[in-house]
Amino acid sequence: MKKILVSTASLLAISALPALPALAQEAAAPSRDGGYGLGREALPEEVAAWDIDIRPDGAGLPVGSGNVWDGEGLFIDYCSACHGDFGEAVGRWPVLAGGFGTMESEDPVKTVGSYWPYLSTVWDYVHRAMPYGSAQSLTDDEVYALTAYLMYVNDLVDDDFELSNENFLEVPLPNEDAFFMDDRAETEYALFSAEPCMSDCAESIEVTSTASVLNVTPEGEGGATEATAEVEVEEEATVVEEAAPEDTGPDPELVAMGEGLFRQCSSCHQIGDGATNRTGPALVNIYGHPAGMQDGFRYSPAFTEAVEGGLEWTDETLAQFLANPRDFIPGNRMGFRGLRDDEEIAAMIAYIRAEGGE
Amino acid sequence: MSDNKPSATRRQFLGGAALAAGAAATGKLVHAQAADPLITELQPWQQFLGPGVDAAPYGMPSPFESHVVRRNVPWLTADSVSSVNFTPLHEMEGIITPNGLAFERHHGGVAEIDPADHRLMINGLVDTQMVFTMQDLMRFPRENRTYFLECAANSGMEWRGAQLNGCQFTHGMIHNVVYTGVPLRLLLEEAGVQTNGTWLLAEGADASAMTRSIPMEKCLDDCLVATHMNGERLRPEQGYPLRLVVPGWEGNMWVKWLRRLEVGDQPWHHREETSKYTDLLANGDARRFTWVMDAKSVITNPSPQAPILHGPGPTVLTGVAWSGRGTIPRVDVTLDGGMNWHQARMSGPSFDKSMHRFYFEFDWDGSELLLQSRAHDSTGYVQPTKDQLREIRGENSIYHNNGIQTWLVRENGESENVEVG
Repeated sequence: MKKILVSTASLLAISALPALPALAQEAAAPSRDGGYGLGREALPEEVAAWDIDIRPDGAGLPVGSGNVWDGEGLFIDYCSACHGDFGEAVGRWPVLAGGFGTMESEDPVKTVGSYWPYLSTVWDYVHRAMPYGSAQSLTDDEVYALTAYLMYVNDLVDDDFELSNENFLEVPLPNEDAFFMDDRAETEYALFSAEPCMSDCAESIEVTSTASVLNVTPEGEGGATEATAEVEVEEEATVVEEAAPEDTGPDPELVAMGEGLFRQCSSCHQIGDGATNRTGPALVNIYGHPAGMQDGFRYSPAFTEAVEGGLEWTDETLAQFLANPRDFIPGNRMGFRGLRDDEEIAAMIAYIRAEGGE
Repeated sequence: MSDNKPSATRRQFLGGAALAAGAAATGKLVHAQAADPLITELQPWQQFLGPGVDAAPYGMPSPFESHVVRRNVPWLTADSVSSVNFTPLHEMEGIITPNGLAFERHHGGVAEIDPADHRLMINGLVDTQMVFTMQDLMRFPRENRTYFLECAANSGMEWRGAQLNGCQFTHGMIHNVVYTGVPLRLLLEEAGVQTNGTWLLAEGADASAMTRSIPMEKCLDDCLVATHMNGERLRPEQGYPLRLVVPGWEGNMWVKWLRRLEVGDQPWHHREETSKYTDLLANGDARRFTWVMDAKSVITNPSPQAPILHGPGPTVLTGVAWSGRGTIPRVDVTLDGGMNWHQARMSGPSFDKSMHRFYFEFDWDGSELLLQSRAHDSTGYVQPTKDQLREIRGENSIYHNNGIQTWLVRENGESENVEVG
């Protein structure tokens, strides 16, 4: 048993020193021989529940397997809404495939295949944090299958490949050797520690680049000239707050519950006034209206077919869709497993009514 | 309204202010043309009673300061739940960041955790795998330390040239607060780190289950497991009820909502230390484990969001500086783009790995200025120019851009983010 401790004797020696205010102020919190006896021993099942990390040497991988074919189906269901069907990404969500040979270019595309050094990172991350908004909901075999699919779309394996804990270390990622330990201490610190010039340091100095040319700073940040506009916005906001009508529609308690539940939707959907289409369509005037009416949103063929068939959003249809989006409209792109609980479904519908308009 | 955001009333008054400034430049007092009604007329606040002590059980800033807020750059990220906002450095003074203004970076939104439901586990290569409640943790000896936390991607948008107009956006992924916390060393001693325990994995309880590998030497040196910031409990967005403090090292390692510490014999190479937070160089190779934040500074006033509104005459230039390797004994300032430099005046406490405040007072003659600041840290390191960094690292690094920032101040006092050569 090794403990890194300051011995009691040396502690006593420190406290016996004459008072030195500066030192006393910065004295470290004391260690105690044998510890403080606080906390308790973790049970094996508790450690097992939380100890989910995977290392490049395969440490931590559970027994299991999954193939490219199954991975593709899972990827379409749970990942493609953000990452695209083949890992090419939607909008600014991470690109997961391709990008080979771009690391030295002006626009490097860092993907699992082109940049990531270790496959274990894929398994670990997908398992701990994905799908986005429903973390740790995939089975181990599903994570193997998704990892296999990401290897496939990065041209690392064929379409009949099956990944398991047995063969996990057999396919190294191509960019592993590009990584090296931080060397700033050797390559930069001496160079950047010279006494700098203080006067007449250059013959001429010219502006070589300006931010205003790009015009990408969020509006309303320009300083003094924006002050008046900002005040007006604030006043408007106050008026809206005062004029807010009483909610005579859905049950406020349900709406509040729905608002909490909506967090799992908000990565893809904006709702209400000012909502814009993102990964999912804006949710404006949904309740009581025909489905699929958001201008500019590219609905899936399956969803479009349902719309053409006259789908309208009512309590019944919303409830069915929210309970199991894939069963209700097979082939639609919403990457969400569905709400299982009737109260949650009622709350979500109430929130969509209240916030999204009727 | 702050001094650089004139209200209608203040704007009416500006004529007089400019007159006064002109006089200040010549050293003579002006005579007012008409009496100031703010003095000669009775104002409402002089006459009527204000709110009592029950009005604000948790106090908020004056409504006239409502523009002093964290701001987001929507196009930077796909989604505001896994995103970042920015500290309004141009509106701040001193060295401490108020809790409500400390920038946020989440990967799965803000976890809401009742401290009664929170647990911290230590597992792996220890003599006893352990679980602590928040109550347990509050019975360990604790320390108070002031540290900056800077995201490694701070100024990351500026690698290829001047891009964002405002120090909030170019440098606002930083905050500096007083932490109260238990030394990580004490918790590791409680579990008993085995001799081959050379690395620690810190893990968060949020929906991203954030993880980072940290060498044991750092863990036993100065890391804290913090419960408080600036005298009150951590804010939810800063990891309430428990966050790791890794002084001087990149912010991503300061795992929030800290739930687990695993001791191991090698690093884990997780997503945030491979795919992200590695520094791609021009030749396609990438530095990993670039933990330390090198010395850096920025002038916060004047700056694009804080133009000079008072005209020529006495002008206060101020800014902040910090280093992950020590203190900042000196900052140099130039008004002419680096031709000539002046030593700034440091003011406020100088703590290790904490933000420092500097000032440079000068009489502005109303001509165009090219402002820069250059930090020196206690190791002798001098903040490099952006070109010096590019020469070594190229333009694809994203992270660890600590190059010198330039603001162009025009004759009308407005300011812009530029680069000079």
